[in-house]
Amino acid sequence: MKVFRGIYSTKPIFMKNIRVIPLLHVKGPNVVKPVHTEALRIVGNPKTLASRYYQEGADELIYLDIVASLYRRNLDLDLLRSVTENIFIPVTVGGGIRTIHDINNALRSGADKVAINTYAVRHPEFIEAAAKEFGSQCIVLFIEAKRQPTGWYEAYTDGGREHSGKEVVSWARQAIELGVGEILISSIDQDGTRRGYDVELIERISAISPIPVIAHGGAGVPESFVAALHAGADALAVSSVFHYQETTIASAKQYLRSQSINVRLV
Amino acid sequence: MSSPSIAIVDYGVGNLHSLKRAFKNFDIECVISEEANELQKAQALVLPGVGAFEAGMRGLEMRGLVEVIKGIAARGTPLFGICLGAQLFLTKGHEFGIFKGLDLIPGRVVRFPFSGDREKVPQVGWNHLIQLPGVSWQDTILSTLTPESQVYFVHSYILEPTESSHILAESIYGDHTFASVIRDGNIYGCQFHPEKSGSVGLKIIKNFIDLIHS
Repeated sequence: MKVFRGIYSTKPIFMKNIRVIPLLHVKGPNVVKPVHTEALRIVGNPKTLASRYYQEGADELIYLDIVASLYRRNLDLDLLRSVTENIFIPVTVGGGIRTIHDINNALRSGADKVAINTYAVRHPEFIEAAAKEFGSQCIVLFIEAKRQPTGWYEAYTDGGREHSGKEVVSWARQAIELGVGEILISSIDQDGTRRGYDVELIERISAISPIPVIAHGGAGVPESFVAALHAGADALAVSSVFHYQETTIASAKQYLRSQSINVRLV
Repeated sequence: MSSPSIAIVDYGVGNLHSLKRAFKNFDIECVISEEANELQKAQALVLPGVGAFEAGMRGLEMRGLVEVIKGIAARGTPLFGICLGAQLFLTKGHEFGIFKGLDLIPGRVVRFPFSGDREKVPQVGWNHLIQLPGVSWQDTILSTLTPESQVYFVHSYILEPTESSHILAESIYGDHTFASVIRDGNIYGCQFHPEKSGSVGLKIIKNFIDLIHS
């Protein structure tokens, strides 16, 4: 994110619109909310939530099937189709994407982009093949990062359960070279805590990324949104605080605008 | 009045399903086809597409559709190009070389003329449509929009029509003003994705449908 500073002000002004993106973790027929990707609470019905967020002014939607990858299952395409039926904003779908065929199925069922984590970590060449087939704009690298005791961040797979051994910044760099179009960077440590985004993690990824970075994990009070943007995020993925209606998309955006950050108000 | 028949050109680039769903929102079942006779039967044509200019033209050439589309355009049939589809309407594209386009509207397609340190390229996200002084949106695909409406963009390359009279709306990204909607008579092109632009995008699609009737 490029920051412009006015001549008479040290307050940064974000020129382009920041995207606010509700993120749905889907398990079976429900939207659930993991805390540190572990304990799950049922939040509600994915179709109802997706429609609500669309009406409330979501800029995009992210839909992650959180068990597809872990259990080598495929996405529930019928559910995806029904969730996206009346939603005319970009939808990114992740969970268990392993083949070109999987991507095709997701696109045919209402997705505009796919988020890939586990399979890309194990087979980075898949990113290149997918970007060639569908264009970079369609391929989002999904990184689930966990801070390690010595201060580095490791990419985890399988719904945040398995170590990959990969350091996130070098992994992001490699994936960018292979052709991903955006990076969804999620903090396992912050996810579900509502204590704020992992600013250091976002800074590290943004510093090397010429492509848009979507921050996720820990969105809490409105000030935490601003902190993630100052760390370099181009877009904010939000789950808990929207699910539990601690804030609405509209009020979050109003707050951002009051901080001289451009957002789309509907 | 029966609903008009609209064909979406399937030339191997991009996701046609969300576009089809957007028209279906207005009870229109689009035909998705790469067959010349199917396309020629339609009362209006939509040329979608994402990706590189050359790949797009190659997709049309391989299916023998270049002259077909030019013929349909010359008959006055409403044409709607979206993203790469709109870019292909221009004379030539400067992406990985210089390639000939459909040349329905004079102009060229070029990369955003700044590096990533001003703003990231591609532009991914929502941006305003700006109405220029003296340009009327009446009886166009933008007729029911309020000024400053926002739509969803994903692109690295921009439309540069030779004649400013072919620019219906502009947008600004990274301090650079570019054409976001172009028009010449029955031919419309949008750099953004109306099918992904919420209620504003749906209005544009509805306006296009209504132009077919009138």
